[in-house]
Amino acid sequence: MAKVRGAIDVDKELCKGCGVCITACPTHVIELAKQVNGKGYNYAHMENPEACIGCANCALVCPDSVITVYKINI
Amino acid sequence: MATIEIKDIIKKENLVYGKTKILTDNIMHYCPGCSHGVTHKIVAEVIEELGIQDKTIGVSPVGCSVLAYNYLDIDWQQAAHGRAPALATATKRLMPDHYVFTYQGDGDLASIGAAEILHACNRGENITVIFVNNAIYGMTGGQMAPTTLLGMATATSPYGREVALHGYPLKITELIALLPGVAYVTRQSVQTPAAVRKAKKAIKKGFENQAKKIGTSFIEIVSTCSSGWKLSPVDSNRWMEEHMFKFYPLGDLKDSEKANEEDYKKYIE
Repeated sequence: MAKVRGAIDVDKELCKGCGVCITACPTHVIELAKQVNGKGYNYAHMENPEACIGCANCALVCPDSVITVYKINI
Repeated sequence: MATIEIKDIIKKENLVYGKTKILTDNIMHYCPGCSHGVTHKIVAEVIEELGIQDKTIGVSPVGCSVLAYNYLDIDWQQAAHGRAPALATATKRLMPDHYVFTYQGDGDLASIGAAEILHACNRGENITVIFVNNAIYGMTGGQMAPTTLLGMATATSPYGREVALHGYPLKITELIALLPGVAYVTRQSVQTPAAVRKAKKAIKKGFENQAKKIGTSFIEIVSTCSSGWKLSPVDSNRWMEEHMFKFYPLGDLKDSEKANEEDYKKYIE
């Protein structure tokens, strides 16, 4: 059982769906959504939220700074 | 054990990492996955960490990053094509207590602005140069740049760059490392979290060198241009790792602080 739980908050309307965060995620949490945002991009979202450890790797490589990362200890 | 819902985690007190306040809320005009976005972000974070927002003046180039003044909440100037180091020289000499940096692409710095950058570095101006090298002219539609790799197809070299026709790619960073005026020359990239952290450290050092007045700091960021390279953002990162890093190896090329220390040791021994 993991001792930390993380979560990311993606600004859907600003995400351009480049997918760089998907390859940066060590626990394969992020996928591109099937829906599109106002610009027509498939935005990034948490497909597998239980696995998130709040490492902030996705937010570090995000070119548009749309990811905010939160973490709690359990 | 009670299940934890995402809304319980997403609270202000649990914040780990978010957008820095130096970055404005304007939507970046860069293509999806562009390295400029990450580079802007780490420059903004460094400015925030050093607490120099009101003392920093950026000089933006001509190229994709010409509109950088829309995204970083600091003072900016916009230079003619390639002339950012000349403008930064004047700014720094008039306001020596300010932090002045230029933000240039390879088409701006290595081609039309090659003379300006070489002489600014040779004079050892106390400025920081951030050089984003994606081996192509991105804004104008993917033409061949001086830094384009051999064999790389672009709009103006559709059969790949050839030595006989186009000459060799220019390693401008290696040239600059030879000049005595420069204090710090390094080559970094921003495609992985580890690389972003290293690049941020390098940029921070570049800004700190301005306070020490030890010469020019030159930071090259090897980056991607997914639109110009006609690849997806993730594929262009992979292509960069496979091809660009062979010709443009990462790491410090010159760190005069260390060199000075060794020289100093020579005298006391």
